[in-house]
Amino acid sequence: MITAERKPLEEILALIEPYDRILLVGCNECVTVCAAGGRKEVALLSSALQMARMKEGKTLDTVETTLERQCDPEYVEELVASIDRADAVLSMACGCGVQEVAKRFKEKPVFPAVNTKFMGASERQGVWAERCQGCGDCLLGLTGGICPIARCSKRLLNGPCGGSSNGKCEINPDVDCAWQLIWDRLKALGLESRYEDIAPPKDWRTSRDGGPRRIIREDLAS
Amino acid sequence: MKTESRLEKVLASGNLAVTSECGPPRGAVPEKVKEKAELLRGAVDGINVTDNQTAVVRMSSLAACILIAQMGLDPILQMVTRDRNRLAMQSDILGAYAHGIHTMLCLSGDHPQFGDHPMAANVYDLDSIQLIQVVRAMRDEGKFQGGDDILNPPKMFIGAAANPFADPFELRVARLAKKVKAGVDFIQTQCIYNLDKFERWMEGVRDRGLHEQVYILAGITPMKSAGMAKYMKNRVPGMDVPDEVVKRLSGVPKEKQAEEGIRMAVEDMQRLKEVEGVSGFHIMAIEWEQKVPEIVERAGLLPRPVV
Repeated sequence: MITAERKPLEEILALIEPYDRILLVGCNECVTVCAAGGRKEVALLSSALQMARMKEGKTLDTVETTLERQCDPEYVEELVASIDRADAVLSMACGCGVQEVAKRFKEKPVFPAVNTKFMGASERQGVWAERCQGCGDCLLGLTGGICPIARCSKRLLNGPCGGSSNGKCEINPDVDCAWQLIWDRLKALGLESRYEDIAPPKDWRTSRDGGPRRIIREDLAS
Repeated sequence: MKTESRLEKVLASGNLAVTSECGPPRGAVPEKVKEKAELLRGAVDGINVTDNQTAVVRMSSLAACILIAQMGLDPILQMVTRDRNRLAMQSDILGAYAHGIHTMLCLSGDHPQFGDHPMAANVYDLDSIQLIQVVRAMRDEGKFQGGDDILNPPKMFIGAAANPFADPFELRVARLAKKVKAGVDFIQTQCIYNLDKFERWMEGVRDRGLHEQVYILAGITPMKSAGMAKYMKNRVPGMDVPDEVVKRLSGVPKEKQAEEGIRMAVEDMQRLKEVEGVSGFHIMAIEWEQKVPEIVERAGLLPRPVV
């Protein structure tokens, strides 16, 4: 999933400072799962913002709504019903959702209430960790199902570096050394000999380096 | 001979080679580079010039290498893949060769988090093994990584680092094998304090015949004090300093600890000389370059061979 974290309240208040009527929009997908911008977080943020305004002797009207998928124009269209009741939109979706809303309602300022973080998975209750960088040319089949691009601090394709210590990365003892994990997994699979295959310089064109990316499926495109 | 590198000639002649290193200054001060390099004249076969070591900005390795080459000495261009992409690295290699630099060291580099610009973008377009491949293809095939032909290809004698003390230990020989496969010519190891463990690693190296395919220079860093030994033991990632080293230094009065550190370095070199597959030494005397000639002499490695 795409993970996100809510911005500090002060930053959000500063963003919406000139506006008295806010449409606060959550998303039912990834940000709900990582507890950053679902229905519940929308309600919490709404009250927090109103209380903060009240402390300053001012008011804030908020309209709360949570879309099924904010990155999908079909669902963003549902905002038509409430958009006129707001001077600005505060989106609790990932950056994709924020941009969909901005694209649909050109005359309304749209602000992000969360920082979009990474594509990751839940490690345990309340902890999420990065797993994929979307490089566009998956090599997990060669690395025992562990991604060195997302999980090695130096994204080494032929690791580990000299800073691997007791299975941990030199940058932080809480970070696993991805290459220790890869090695352990290759061993468990009986594929140690794979380790000595050199991964050649990567073609980063399939990643962000090739410019903004699109997928066009001729069989589906209208 | 693959290159004009003085280091290659010394190693090919069968002599034990000696290299050392200089960290460039944190400012546009060419005199500092020259001062440090001058201290090593006649004592070594090559001078590594670090590339933004510990991710701290310094004068570029290439610029400092040129200054050293102009003094008639033999710089070794260190290149980390952290700061520049493959275009920048290949153009610097052309520039280095154009200035008479024939030896280089391919590294991944310390993570920016350890340096003075922890907020910097982390490039890693290539890793150290891929950089070795690129430099070798430039030399042996006359090709850029992108596939085009090079006009007057740069002939670099290619080095890399190895840390026999990092984890997982069982992978450390395999990792060297990978560097050999990529085309490395010589290796400079991490500072050796745990000689037993280093010898175990060398056994693994010999078992696979790797010592016959690559020259291995054993890394030596003399301890200046017991405090330094404790710091290296506890704070420097990938460093293996046994308790006995700290104990021996702590056992002598403070003002004699530096001399004890030099004595230990010389003793280690005498023992390592006997290890089959060790082709020389890389002496990293951190901000202590003036001691290098003495260490080389006491280890019985002066004068340096004329090649």
